[in-house]
Amino acid sequence: MAIIDKMEQQLRPPTIGLKPYAPKVIPLITGEDMLVREVTLEEIPLLMETIEPLMKQPKDFYDIVASRIYAELLGMYRYRVQDEYCFVGAIDGVIAGIVNGRFVNEKVGMSYHTMTLKRGLRVGAQLFAAKMEYHFDFMDQDEVWIVAESPIGFKRWMIEYELEPRPQCPHELGGVPTYVLTRALWEKHKANKNVGIRPAFEDVVEANKVLVKPENIVV
Amino acid sequence: MRQVGIVGVGHTKFGKSEVPFIDMLCEAALEAMDDAGAKTGSKNVIDQVFVGSMGAGMINRISGSASAVVDALNLRPAMAECIENGPASGASAIKLGYMAIASGCCDCVLVIGGEMMRVVSGWEATDFVATMLHPEAEYKYGITLPCFAGLFTRLCMEKYGVDNRDLAIVSVKNHENACHNPCAHIQRKVVLERITNPAYINATNPIVADPLRQFDMCPVSDGAAAVLLVAKDKQEELGFGHKKFVRIAGIATATDTHVVANREVPTDLLAVRLSAQKAYKMAGMGPEDIDVAELHDAFQILEIAESEEVGFFPRGEGHLAARRGDTAIGGKKPVNTSGGLKAKGHPLGATGVSQVVELVRQLRGEAEGRQVEGAKTGLAINFGGFGNNVAATILTTK
Repeated sequence: MAIIDKMEQQLRPPTIGLKPYAPKVIPLITGEDMLVREVTLEEIPLLMETIEPLMKQPKDFYDIVASRIYAELLGMYRYRVQDEYCFVGAIDGVIAGIVNGRFVNEKVGMSYHTMTLKRGLRVGAQLFAAKMEYHFDFMDQDEVWIVAESPIGFKRWMIEYELEPRPQCPHELGGVPTYVLTRALWEKHKANKNVGIRPAFEDVVEANKVLVKPENIVV
Repeated sequence: MRQVGIVGVGHTKFGKSEVPFIDMLCEAALEAMDDAGAKTGSKNVIDQVFVGSMGAGMINRISGSASAVVDALNLRPAMAECIENGPASGASAIKLGYMAIASGCCDCVLVIGGEMMRVVSGWEATDFVATMLHPEAEYKYGITLPCFAGLFTRLCMEKYGVDNRDLAIVSVKNHENACHNPCAHIQRKVVLERITNPAYINATNPIVADPLRQFDMCPVSDGAAAVLLVAKDKQEELGFGHKKFVRIAGIATATDTHVVANREVPTDLLAVRLSAQKAYKMAGMGPEDIDVAELHDAFQILEIAESEEVGFFPRGEGHLAARRGDTAIGGKKPVNTSGGLKAKGHPLGATGVSQVVELVRQLRGEAEGRQVEGAKTGLAINFGGFGNNVAATILTTK
């Protein structure tokens, strides 16, 4: 047993030491409030269960994004990815969106994925902004490497944030050319892109303490 | 002239089409034919098919779609023509259908409007729509329809005191109406405070073309709508006697300068006013006779301005009427009960036909959840270019 534990410790990645992300409330056009917060390790299986059906949904590239997030979350759950984090957007506890990424080192971030489960409310846009806020304003990074796997992602990130193309950078997701959100670009866009109310209202925090799988995901 | 009316309507769910362009047109057409009880093959009585579309050739690489529909629906040897008049293509196609029957050339005409825009990106769609602007004076300088709407809105703000909240009020109303329209692109209620509160407006309602924000303009949609027109004197004979005859009482188009900068008063939508006046005159009616209207709110400011130009409200007071709730269902002049272009969606060539479909449903008393009680007469305004070619249609059951 002791040998296994020791081996397991060898297999687990080191960490730069992630700071906690302060939850925030995002007002939605419907009048609902979405809480953006970190997920705990214990909540990851529920997230994986939630996105599993989408792995066979080709519409808007949900299949590839869901499959990859599934693997990334599994990697995080089993302690096999260095400094990975995952946030969730939840409305009355029901998961509305998932976003994740990781830290390559103190200065460079690696954006993974953003997935919207409740569409038409700018949930994805808010979660992406929250992810970038974490890298720049909480972790004081210099830049984040980003790729897009769908036209929607390309429009939302590459174009709206005017990301800097840097195809020579090897993004971990491979394939498509890498773009970079630099601190200068973040400072330029964050006033318009990154919103939220802090401290998060207590009742909203309470309502989202326990995450619930959406009954029916329509993408 | 012969009386012409509508005996069948069809409408696809607007949004993102799951089927190819021609199939989408056929889906709307078949629904209209089924609604009227029209047959195909040897029992076909449709003399002519008109298809209104602005961009099928440009975006979808499909031309001659009217002939394709005739063949696909087994309506041969019906005549088939495509109509292109920018975003007013749908209403223009109805006008030509009306003229074909009224003149005695045809007895029964199927009119379909359709557009498949979501196959291209948002900016490509914006560019494609902008091709109707003046090529030398406007388009080549990068001007787009949102640009013009932004400039127009700013002028209305300065001249009449319209503010951003007024635009949002119109938007919220139309989203509310669309929740009751199963064919609407966006069926979601929107809370006014959430799209106007300065604390988070940039997140919930980002700026698109100053002073216009996302909720001040329509989405990019796919969709098709169809109507079956028939001569009153042939309704029984052609087998449509069981259907309520919704008469086209007035139908007209009018034009304005191609270059917007050449207009004498830039806040006037002259072609809207003139087309409505011509349609009123033809119908022997006035704005006071209209029970329900579908106005072309590609931008929310247009619903406000058009509601003035068609005579519902005094000049410069359309926004005050919106504030009072006059244009809501249950108000004095319900406008865009379908959800309007804002929430029902705006597949360009389909829009003019879609507006007429909504009026027919209202006048038949079939607009479940959004019905204007006792509606007998309706007006539709289909706006082409930035108001340089506008169609007005008046339907009635009187």
